[in-house]
Amino acid sequence: MKIGVPKEIHPGEKRVATTPEAAEQLIKLGFEVSIESGAGESADISDEAYKKAGVKIVKDTKTLWENSDIVIKVRAPEQHPKLGINEVELLPTGGNLISFIWPAQNEALMKQLAAQNVTVLAMDSVPRISRAQKLDALSSMANIAGYRAIVEAAQHFGRFFTGQITAAGKIPPAKVLVIGAGVAGLAAIGAAKSMGAIVRSFDTRPEVKEQIESMDAEFLMLDFKEEGSGTGGYAKTMSKEFIEAEMALFAQQALEVDIIVTTALIPGKPAPKLITEAMVKSMKPGSVIVDLAAEQGGNCELTEKDKVVVKHGVTLIGYTNLPSRLANQSSQLYATNIRHLLTDLTPEKNGVINVNMEDEVIRGTTVIKEGKITWPPPPPTLTVASAAKTETAAVAKTEKKSLLPEPVKQFLPLILGGLALYGIGSTAPTAFMSHFTVFVLACFIGYQVIWNVSASLHTPLMSVTNAISGIIVIGALVQISTPGFFITILAGLAILIASINIAGGFLVTRRMLEMFRK
Amino acid sequence: MMSQSLVTMCYIVATILFILSLSGLSHQETSRRGNYYGMLGMAIAIVATTFSGAVNNYVILIFALLIGGAIGTKLALKVQMTQMPELVAIMHSLVGMAAVLVGYANFMDSTSTISGVEKTIHEVEIYIGIFIGAVTFSGSVIAFGKLSEKISGKPLLLPARHWLNLGLLIATIFLCGMFLQQAEAGSGTIPLLLMTAIALAFGVHMVMAIGGADMPVVVSMLNSYSGWAAAATGFMLSNDLLIVTGALVGSSGAILSYIMCRAMNRHFLSVIGGGFGTASGGEAAVVEGEVHPIDAEETARLLMDSKNIMIIPGYGMAVAQAQHTVNEITKFLRDKGKKVGFGIHPVAGRMPGHMNVLLAEAKVPYDIVYEMDEINEDWDKVDVSIVIGANDIVNPSALDDPNSPIAGMPVLECWKGDTTIVMKRSMASGYAGVGNPLFVKDNTRMLFGDANKMLQEVLKALKG
Repeated sequence: MKIGVPKEIHPGEKRVATTPEAAEQLIKLGFEVSIESGAGESADISDEAYKKAGVKIVKDTKTLWENSDIVIKVRAPEQHPKLGINEVELLPTGGNLISFIWPAQNEALMKQLAAQNVTVLAMDSVPRISRAQKLDALSSMANIAGYRAIVEAAQHFGRFFTGQITAAGKIPPAKVLVIGAGVAGLAAIGAAKSMGAIVRSFDTRPEVKEQIESMDAEFLMLDFKEEGSGTGGYAKTMSKEFIEAEMALFAQQALEVDIIVTTALIPGKPAPKLITEAMVKSMKPGSVIVDLAAEQGGNCELTEKDKVVVKHGVTLIGYTNLPSRLANQSSQLYATNIRHLLTDLTPEKNGVINVNMEDEVIRGTTVIKEGKITWPPPPPTLTVASAAKTETAAVAKTEKKSLLPEPVKQFLPLILGGLALYGIGSTAPTAFMSHFTVFVLACFIGYQVIWNVSASLHTPLMSVTNAISGIIVIGALVQISTPGFFITILAGLAILIASINIAGGFLVTRRMLEMFRK
Repeated sequence: MMSQSLVTMCYIVATILFILSLSGLSHQETSRRGNYYGMLGMAIAIVATTFSGAVNNYVILIFALLIGGAIGTKLALKVQMTQMPELVAIMHSLVGMAAVLVGYANFMDSTSTISGVEKTIHEVEIYIGIFIGAVTFSGSVIAFGKLSEKISGKPLLLPARHWLNLGLLIATIFLCGMFLQQAEAGSGTIPLLLMTAIALAFGVHMVMAIGGADMPVVVSMLNSYSGWAAAATGFMLSNDLLIVTGALVGSSGAILSYIMCRAMNRHFLSVIGGGFGTASGGEAAVVEGEVHPIDAEETARLLMDSKNIMIIPGYGMAVAQAQHTVNEITKFLRDKGKKVGFGIHPVAGRMPGHMNVLLAEAKVPYDIVYEMDEINEDWDKVDVSIVIGANDIVNPSALDDPNSPIAGMPVLECWKGDTTIVMKRSMASGYAGVGNPLFVKDNTRMLFGDANKMLQEVLKALKG
């Protein structure tokens, strides 16, 4: 099948849906890949680079759309400014589209697409299960956004991030507060930390405490018990009391910190307002707030979408296109996510996609199948089932009843051993006892010697003891001269067998030991 | 002709040499010398016995020694290192058989002059000697069959097998009484033969009931038995050299069995009792999740990006004969300045120390081959670990699932490293028949295929 990659038309969008590396892999899967001329330009990828990877360059936008069985894009389809028609209409009937869609926010678009009788896979609807991580574009974009948020903050912040003691005086490190420790939050923590700032972080989900601390940041504890984890690893809306306690914490932190990065989002709802105007006022002049939730209304009351504004001496950054500001990096990750999705879609590697609705990942990602809206998918069935099973099973384990009471069990071997020794001692003749002494002492010597043998030499130990136990040959030697034909035969046979052991054991040990080299 | 005292003195020297031989094995540096001590001790013992007054039938003696020696030499030079467990097992059986033969020969020897209690004790010694010898013989033959896969590795569990064993034991004791009575009258061959048959059956039954994963225990246990058989023969012949040597070998095998049992967190008696996982309490947790496959090229890339690599070999490496390729990869990576180590679980393979011998054969330097206890603390420093054909020894459920059949067994905790690559032929469960949650961990990648072939592809990708 033919894959087409059009140039993104959204204003300010610099990303592209495939890179030469990813395209090469797609071609290996059996696809033909074409790209609109100049599509990768803003992400610093030239047409030449695509050509080298075996991608066909198409000059005309319309031709590209018409000849593609699968169109892969970054942004959802919209009105084309030059051609004057909507991209949805450019999509051939019965074709396939893979891009960000946001079906919950774009109902009209969904209907339009369905009317076009196409199959649509939304990169924002990839289910959050571990198998799907490699195609989770939201996570890869959030990672970039978090990193870029710190870079943007540094740009507008008038001081160092790291603390230094110089000849010209002491420089205190910047203090950064990251609210919401999802993928973006953690990326921001990592970036700020590596620039030398003191980083604190807050999240309503207590389980992320460990992750925050693993990044060497401080987790701000709220003296309040409420679980904030919703389904699929996202946060949920909290109670009023909780929010009050949380706001008090932020108000106090606002006085101290220099930079605040907010990433608090609740799926399908406007972003919670966490930073009030009063808090902004209380911050030191020159402080920076980066609001990663600006798209959904912002976590800060004063944020303006897509703009950088200075209010009460505080710079508020409301960019919504942070991934696009690192276009090359985000294109690479996004292209890889798409490549993984297409790999899953073509199990046969024959260049023909199979939208297998039995597959949980593909089912979740597919929002329209052949003109029928299949969004939202049934909730994912997974997690902790096996752990729960283990617990109940452990409880059900029954104690085995012992036949004998514990003290008897403990002393029984001792008593039996004592009795046996007494029995031997009281009946055996002296000649036997002297042999027995030798035997017991030899056992102890063996015990002491063998414990010192290094574990790596256990095999040579076995083969050498094999050879040594060939000492039984002595027994046969002693008997071979005893009169009696039968005895001679038996003894001769025993000598033969034992000497196999002796020669074989020693020689194979030697062979092995020769191999052990430093 | 040597005097009796001189012979005894030679025996003492031989004994000391044997002890030195075993203690030499405590370090790699002294191990070769230890082996030569053993050879010297054996030579002294044989020469001294040959020239003592008791021996005059030199023709048969020399013939038997030469033929046996030639067969042994040929075996030793021809055997492949992957077949070591089989060789060791078959050699145990030879000791057992020799003990039986010597026992019978001694029984038929009518020249002895002892009488009374001493005679009875002597007869009991013969009886026990033959019993242990016969059990060792048949048990080792079965072990050989299982190791060389001529017999299925699955435990054969007869109904009421414990009662069967008990019955056999009682029959043996009963026959012993009968034997002693008849021996007074100069006969007793029939009870002795009957007992031998029972002992053979007992050996077969015992080893048949033991599963493939318990093989290291069985091999070392039979090693121990062969020692006890020699010691019993020593008692029978009133020969201290045999007693001491037998006791040394016997305790050596016993300690090895103990170490193996501890490495699997199994009670010695339950291993001998046979079967695996038949007595566990609750239902073990079912392993759920997705495996993440990986290809050779990506494996090579992962290896090139890491600094600290740990390789965990298992029986699968021996089966695929992959040790040489492993060594080449190791050499390549070490030349690139990476730290490569090997983590060896005590029961990896089919006999104690099996993996060490294979790696040594492939010329892997022994100072980068570590024991489990040396490295199990350091997994968080490992970037990539490669599991080659191992399963149960890297199974996390041994630690966190109390109902797993291998619960409590110490395992190599490779999942604590950054990434684990597991090489496996397919998704079948291990020898113990236990599912392995390691395979579905997020930081585990599965490289399916024949270990040797896949490793060669990895090597090619590394070099290319």
